[in-house]
Formats: sequence, C-alpha cells, structure tokens
Amino acid sequence: MNCLICHAPYNPLASWQHFLTLKNADCLCVKCRGAFVKIDGEICDICGRPFAGLERSHRQGKLCADCVQWQKDDEWKDVLTKNRSVYMYNEFMKEVVALWKFRGDYAIVQAFQDEFCREFYRHFDNTFCIVPIPLSDERLYERGFNQAKALAELLALPIYEPLCRRHLEKQSKKSRLERLRTENVFRLSEKTSLRGKHIVLIDDIYTTGTTLRHAAKVLLKAGAASVSSITLARG
Amino acid sequence: MRFIVDKGRLIPETLAKNDKDAKPISHIDFPPSIQLTPGFHYSAELLSFVEGRQLLLEELPFPLDLIQAHYEHGYLSYEKGIVKTKHGWRCMRCGNEDGRFFASFPCARCHTVCTYCRKCIMMGRVSECTPLVVSRFSFPQSRYLSPLSWNGTLSEGQQRAADAVENAIAQNGELVIWAVCGAGKTEVLFQGIARALEMGKRVCIATPRIDVVRELAPRLKQAFANVPLIALYGGSEDRGKFAPLVISTTHQLLRFYRAFDVMVIDEVDAFPYSVEPMLEYAAAKARKEKSSLIYLTATPHPAWQREIRRGTRKAVTIPARYHRFPLPVPSFEWCGNWRRQLKRGSLPRNVMAWVQSRIETEKQAFLFVPHIDVLEKVVRILKQLDERIEGVHAEDPERAEKVQAFRDGRIPLLVTTTILERGVTVPNIDVAVLGAEDDIFTESALVQIAGRVGRSAQYPDGDIRFFHYGKTKGMVAAKRQIERMNKEAAERGLLKTQ
Ligand SMILES: [Zn+2]
Ligand SMILES: [Zn+2]
Ligand SMILES: [Zn+2]
Ligand SMILES: [Zn+2]
Repeated sequence: MNCLICHAPYNPLASWQHFLTLKNADCLCVKCRGAFVKIDGEICDICGRPFAGLERSHRQGKLCADCVQWQKDDEWKDVLTKNRSVYMYNEFMKEVVALWKFRGDYAIVQAFQDEFCREFYRHFDNTFCIVPIPLSDERLYERGFNQAKALAELLALPIYEPLCRRHLEKQSKKSRLERLRTENVFRLSEKTSLRGKHIVLIDDIYTTGTTLRHAAKVLLKAGAASVSSITLARG
Repeated sequence: MRFIVDKGRLIPETLAKNDKDAKPISHIDFPPSIQLTPGFHYSAELLSFVEGRQLLLEELPFPLDLIQAHYEHGYLSYEKGIVKTKHGWRCMRCGNEDGRFFASFPCARCHTVCTYCRKCIMMGRVSECTPLVVSRFSFPQSRYLSPLSWNGTLSEGQQRAADAVENAIAQNGELVIWAVCGAGKTEVLFQGIARALEMGKRVCIATPRIDVVRELAPRLKQAFANVPLIALYGGSEDRGKFAPLVISTTHQLLRFYRAFDVMVIDEVDAFPYSVEPMLEYAAAKARKEKSSLIYLTATPHPAWQREIRRGTRKAVTIPARYHRFPLPVPSFEWCGNWRRQLKRGSLPRNVMAWVQSRIETEKQAFLFVPHIDVLEKVVRILKQLDERIEGVHAEDPERAEKVQAFRDGRIPLLVTTTILERGVTVPNIDVAVLGAEDDIFTESALVQIAGRVGRSAQYPDGDIRFFHYGKTKGMVAAKRQIERMNKEAAERGLLKTQ
C-alpha cells in the first residue's frame, strides 16, 4: 500500500489485533501517523486547550485565560458550551491541512476518520445535531468543497446546514480582524426552528474561537438549547 | 465550472443565457478548436501570459468574458483536464494514469462527484470539471546574435557531441548524448544552444533534480550573458515566467505546453531520481510539435543501449572523461547475509576491513546503502570505529551541512542512500556499495555511483567495491558498461597515452 499523505509504500500492519477487531488497516504510514500529535491530558474545560506547556499565567483553575475573558463578557458568556479538538495544530498538521484544504486534496480527510469519530463519541452522541461551519459561496466555489462538511460526513450522522456565511473580501489584516470581532458573518439561511436542540458545530481549526462563537450565537438566538463544537486541530 | 454547448462552442454556464444541460468539460464532446478570426483585437497581455503554457482558469488574472472572447475567436482554447480512458482516467496536465492517484469528491463547482488527479495536486486541482486554457497564437520570437560568451575549449569527444547537438537542433531531430560521468556534458550543449538562440528558438533543459537546476543556472547565465534565462523549481522566484532559455524540474515543466523548440532532458547523475514517466510526459507536452529532443545520459536504459548498438537510435557517446584517464572499474566482493548481521548489530568482516583501511590511510569514501533504515544502523555501528562518520539521505534536513563537512574533510566517510549534489566531486575518494544486490541498485545506479570516483586529473583512480550477497545482472551489466566505455575511448584515441 502507499501512504495517503506521503505516497511512500509501506506495510499496513496486518496484526492479530487488527484481525480480531476487524479494524481497517491504517491509510497512513507509521511516519505520517506518528507526526500527528493527539491532544490528551489536562485541558481547558471550555475550549479544550491543552494545559501542558502553557504558562501558569494563562490558566485560572479549570479555564484558560482566553476563556476567562470570554466568560467575563456578558455578550459571550456561555455561548459556546465546550470545544474539543482532536490534534495539535503542529507543523505537520499545518502542512497536511494546507494540502487538504488549500490545494484541494479532498481524499486526505480519510486519514482523520478513526480518531475524529472516536473523539466525537467521547464527548457527544448521536442525539446531537451536527452543523458544519459553512463557507461563503465564493469561498466554496474557490475550494470546491467545504472542509468542515467533509469532516462532518465522517460521522455518518444526519448533517444540518441552517447557517450561511457572508463573504469577507480580503482586506488589510487589522480591519479584517476588527470586523471579525464585531460583525457576525453568519445568519440563518431559512427559518428553521432549532428549539431545544443540542448542537455540535464542526470545523477544521480552533484558533481564537471567534468563528465558532459567532455561529453559536446565531444558533442560540434561533432557539438552540446548547452549542458545543469539535474541531480537527487546536491552534 | 460547467459549460453548455451552443453551435459547437463551449460557453461557461455563468456567461450562458440559460444553464440548461451545463456539464463538466470532460463529459462534453466538442470540436477541438475554432478558426482564428483575423482582425480580432486581441489582448496581447492575455495572450503573452498564456503563450506556451497550459493554465487553470484561476491561474489567469483576467476576466472570464475576455478569456471567452479569445476562445470564440480562436486565440485560446479550452481542453479537458481529465479524460476517461479504457481503464480509468488520465490527467492531461501530468499524464498520470495510475488509479491510486485519482480520488473523487462532492464538487461544489460542478455539483457532481468529481474525480481529480492527486499526482499534480500541488499545482492546483485538476478535476473532471477543470478546463485547461491554452494559447493558439504565438508571437514572433527574438533572435540573438552570437549569444555565446563562453571561450573554453572542448575535448575531442565533447566536440564531436557538440557538433551532433547543433545538427539535431538545426534539423529538429532527436539525439542521445551518452556521456560518462565526468565527461563535461554541459559544455557540449553550448554550441547548439547558441545556434538555437540565433535562429530564434526557445530552449528548455529539464531535469529530475532541483540541485541540478540550481547548479546549471549560473553556468548558463555566464555562458549566455545577454539572454534572459529562468530557473524553475518549487519555490523559485522565476515560477510563472517565460524566457528563451529555461531550466526546469519536472513539476514546473508541467505548466508548459508546446512552448519549446529545443528540449534537453538531463538525467545524468539522477540516482535515485530516475526519469519518471511524469518527466517524459511533461517534456513531450512542453515541446512544440516541430522541435528537437536531446537526451543527456550517463547510462541509457538497457532497451536504448540495444537500439543505439543496432543503430536504430541516433546517439553520440563521449566515452572518456575530460581529463582523458580511463574510468576506474568496480570490483565485486561477496559479503554474506549482511542484513542478518546488521540485525545483530554488526557488519560483515570484509566491509569493516574496507572502512577501517580508508580511515587508517585517511582516504575519504562514500558507502552507499539501499535504504534509510539500513543507513541508520550502519552509521551507528561505524561511529564506534570513528565517531566522525556520518550518514546522509535524500531528505536529510542537515544534508547541506554534512556535504560541506565532507568536502572540508571533517567527515572521513559518508554513508548515503543518494548521489549527492553534483558539485560533490570530492577529488580523491573511494566508493563502496553495501548490498549491491538490492533492486534499487540498477545497472544505471551502479554506473552513476562508480562515476563518483577518479573525477580529478590529479587523482584519476580509486577503489570501487560492490559488496553483495549474490551477484546480480545489474552489477555485471554496470561493470561491462564501464569496461566498454574504456575500450571505446582507447580505440578512438581519447585517452592519454602513457
Ligand atoms: Zn506517509
Ligand atoms: Zn479555554
Ligand atoms: Zn495530474
Ligand atoms: Zn467538479
């Protein structure tokens, strides 16, 4: 077999363990698989940020400093119930995500199948509503696919797409950041009632958490009971 | 992007009045091209951007309606990026037909499950709905008067090859230059390239190796000081440009389309990057229908060697090195089941003895091994002998530093899986191969490895030892090839007489 990412030929381990559990052979070589670092150990209760290697001052009890800030702000308090991420956003993950999302090598998503699903079911279950973070129409055309939806499809659960996203033209970094913080690019695409629903947003990377919170806010306004999220990687 | 067909013409769905029956381009049968409308006010900016290339729409910084107008007047055409074949798919940009390098995805551009090529994905995705834009118009090319500013001299063997190259270029012919390692084959091209530039031809030198591009560019720039030259490789500043003289790696060549009048494929010292089918495809696509093809090789493929001997393939050999000493000939030495020994943490006694004696006599050496995992184990063992010994492989991040240290004499012996940069012609070295029976050591690889030895006139000789666990055809053929070259060189009087 050839590795899905580096294309090097390798021997997928055909061990007894694989045989007994009927687990599919890994589509990655040992080297590529080993280059992904999974998040485990102590994490921030809300955003899932690993505490290992984090400076003391960036942590207050069970929360990281960022989440403490979010929680202080009445507008954003408890908007996102919790986020969990599967992998660290390390150099290798950055490269792979670039190949997958920006170069458009859709097939890469298969490499995340097992661990993404496992992490999802560790924190959520099939009673949750799965909502991928949408792209703007322009961005969707440019990329050809929505990477968040590709991840959502790994779960083999019904997918809801109640949100749409306004296109932000590329502008100077600062004003873009400012706009991101103040303006919400998401809105409900149609009048769907989300009353009482528990939602899990799906996205590729958690960086500042702003995108997810903006989406969550719109969903809560539409009646959702709670909004959590899971992302492939944690920046 | 999808197209509709109206009166035999493709129209992008966004420009069409109705988008009924819009389909991905690879699902449409359409006439190959439209006749050129004379008098059409074309955009020289657009056409010179596209000329000689094959581009994705998103690589074109021009509005779609402008592109479409040039298509409708015959100046540009749309081609299928992917076509269906009997057995699967073919990518028209990189030539890939290997099913493992195709995948499908739910495509937002054409709203179908769309198949794409993973092989050339680094250049942007080519899928069933991707048109490749090419130019059907060419601007007159500039001619250069006496462009060659090099005034070195050629050996007899080189001169004969240089004349043959010039001839092939003038007549749009095909030619193989079979030059032994150290023959000095770059200079052999100069005369022919000069002629090409005088005739207003565009020249491309293609090679599988980035470091060859980097090494050749300054030499050619110096030889053709007044001719614009670009060097193309991943990350180079010249990407996306065009010039009368282009040096390119395989991947960068894929963007070109019927661009060159002279195509030189340089595969000397390519091991382990043999010329893959992709380079062949890229070179075939990048040359004009009427053009010359020059092959530079140290060891042609066995089938080619037969054709050359039979005279059915045009070739010139340069059997002697520039310094006119014969090539050192490898010797074989059986070393038993070295892999088993390696597992136990040791190396065959004769291999150890060979290394030991290089260390004692302070003669620098390369030890070639078949794989990275072998390399690591061998280095660990040899470091006990002399801890300055290092290992280097093709993707080693410290490769450049180690090569420099070897050149400076700070590393007595370098264990390696690859022929290093071409500049690494360390004057006085020996070479050994551990596990010469491994499949990776083809005839061609072994000839190239042997070619590291005796490169300078002061030290034209050296030891080449193939340690093996069973002699292979490749080993025998490599030795025979080297001996044949020496014989031919002697017969043609190209060697120094003692
Ligand atoms: Zn891999
Ligand atoms: Zn947090
Ligand atoms: Zn391709
Ligand atoms: Zn498509």
